[in-house]
Amino acid sequence: MTAVTTAPPVVPDPLGGDGAGAGAARDAGGSSVTRSRRRKQSLLAYLLILPAMMLFGVFSFYPFLRNFKLMLYETPPVPGLPPHYVGLHQIIPTITSTQFTQSLVTTLFLVVLVVPISLLAGLGLAVAAHRKLKGMAVYRVIFSSTVVSSVAVASVVFGTLLNPVVGLLPWLGINPNPPALESSTWALPAVALITIWQFLGLSFIVMLAGLQSVPDELLEAARIDGAGPWTRFWRMTVPLLSPTIFFAGVISTIYAFQAFGAIDILIGSQNAVRLHTNVLIYNIINTLQIENNAGAAAIMSTVLFLILLVLTLLQIRLLERRVSYAN
Amino acid sequence: MAQVSFDGVTKQFGDTTAVDDLTLHVADGELLVLLGSSGCGKTTALRMVAGLEDVTSGTVSIGDRVVNDVDPKDRDIAMVFQSYALYPHLTVAKNIAFPLRQRGVDKDERATKVARAAETLGLAALLDRKPGQLSGGQRQRVALARAIVREPLVFLMDEPLSNLDAALRVQTRADIVELQARLSTTTLYVTHDQVEAMTMGHRIAVMSEGKLQQVAAPEALYARPANSFVAHFLGSPGMNLMEGMLVESGATAAAGVDQQGTLCVAFPGASVPLPSAVADAVRGAGPDVLLGLRPEALHLSEDGAIGATVVIVELLGAETHVICHTETGARIIVRQSAAAAKPKIGEAVRIAVDPDPAAYHLFDPAEGGARLGGPS
Repeated sequence: MTAVTTAPPVVPDPLGGDGAGAGAARDAGGSSVTRSRRRKQSLLAYLLILPAMMLFGVFSFYPFLRNFKLMLYETPPVPGLPPHYVGLHQIIPTITSTQFTQSLVTTLFLVVLVVPISLLAGLGLAVAAHRKLKGMAVYRVIFSSTVVSSVAVASVVFGTLLNPVVGLLPWLGINPNPPALESSTWALPAVALITIWQFLGLSFIVMLAGLQSVPDELLEAARIDGAGPWTRFWRMTVPLLSPTIFFAGVISTIYAFQAFGAIDILIGSQNAVRLHTNVLIYNIINTLQIENNAGAAAIMSTVLFLILLVLTLLQIRLLERRVSYAN
Repeated sequence: MAQVSFDGVTKQFGDTTAVDDLTLHVADGELLVLLGSSGCGKTTALRMVAGLEDVTSGTVSIGDRVVNDVDPKDRDIAMVFQSYALYPHLTVAKNIAFPLRQRGVDKDERATKVARAAETLGLAALLDRKPGQLSGGQRQRVALARAIVREPLVFLMDEPLSNLDAALRVQTRADIVELQARLSTTTLYVTHDQVEAMTMGHRIAVMSEGKLQQVAAPEALYARPANSFVAHFLGSPGMNLMEGMLVESGATAAAGVDQQGTLCVAFPGASVPLPSAVADAVRGAGPDVLLGLRPEALHLSEDGAIGATVVIVELLGAETHVICHTETGARIIVRQSAAAAKPKIGEAVRIAVDPDPAAYHLFDPAEGGARLGGPS
């Protein structure tokens, strides 16, 4: 082994460099003038992030912390009575209830349907659009447009397409009975389809950006070295794209876990459980709004938070391990 | 046999002609340098041999085979890119083995060949590293190893040294020359650096604006440039070019003897007499000509033929460049040894030309600037 991996020695910089090593050395010797200048700088920094922190505080941090308090209170089933403190006692019954476990399974089904397909479809479209052809910009706009469409519009459009009378399916001669959105088999795939479609634009944009960052010369070198299109794609493009694919995986998982709009608009709370579309988020909202059970809703929210936290951390770890070949 | 031939090759990108009717033959085992400034079409020409660009018209051949429609992988070539184009997710060993693997070479043979290529380029200790962990020079050597491992018919090199620092460039330049001589593989080498071209090429092909200007061995290219572009492009600094007129002075037709006078190139402030060998070759041309004089063929002298004013004196250690303006404002650079007396800025000087006939170059002032007086 040669000395490529040795770290550069930390040399204290008397003139005040910006390196961490220089900063530490300066603090140790520290004149009061530089210390007060540093304090002023950090004060300014905190001042500058204050507006953003206030917004986060009011709309994210406070509700987030308040959620933990709600977990400790039980709301009586009879309206009008105040919630009373039960401590941690309602946690186990809530997360072992059939309603919750079924909801969790439904959510996982949705994620399994949405994530791989939206990644593959996004990658496929990106590969198709990553060519130097006239008019390709138009296709890029079209492919990425689902990002800016609202979930309500998407739901109405897909609801119409799946409509048993005026929709696309009867026009194609397919007439499932009961109709897709009223079938316990097809309702969840239909919701997944809408979620995939909605996420496709972002998946496409991320994948296209990833493809564009793969140097042309690398693929040309592979071509000269004898790799055909298939080998170039699987042995060069995909490995080089893996950080992008992982990133898209993280955000599509989070996105799928939070699917809500399409279910609310097309299925509705009366049918959600019967049609196996009662995903976690939807269950939480129904628990809060219809059953008026803030405590149970808070517990389920926390579980959802923990699931997403673990997934994110896991995927970030994988990401770091795979992306060790930065140039 | 693996000669590479361009026959009337043209490449157009939309309305732009990148390579214009290029005819060029690289002999078997030769190292030919394609030299030109950026955008002159040299890289496009190389990429057409590689098969990375289609040929608009004409034919490109490798050996006896026209390869216009042959896929890059079937051309039996290896290319070294400016950016090296190493596969960042593969180790050095796998990078070098990749072309073998794609061609179905079995594992044992692959290992032997990779080890040999790595040995040749001093990479044996680095085989398990990823390209990201290597220095620029090491990456460059991996790119070379990947090129030689398959023993291709032709090497194509696209400015392989331009990302290296100056000292490493000189070292690697010598390494490539040595490697090429040992393997005697036909090599097409693209560069914009004339020092690289002069030191490496068996022959140099100078290109400008898509057109081939001249192909010759380095010495011949320097001594007898075919046109004013090549004259000015080669050399550091390039050849001085001055517009003037051919005039005959002191001609006498007395006593029935047709006595020829001295042929001179005259321009304001100067009348440069041509040695008779040069004069004989260009008599009758002109009268407008471009006189080319290399900076090292000039010296300051009180009885010099050219009057000028000193503008800048550049000290370069071993030598000094005296940059002057003639009466018409044309720039003329005199290269003198560091020991010679340095003139002051603003001083009026006279510049003398060496008497050696080889010091005088005359070109047509019209577009193209072809050399006057015999073939180049």
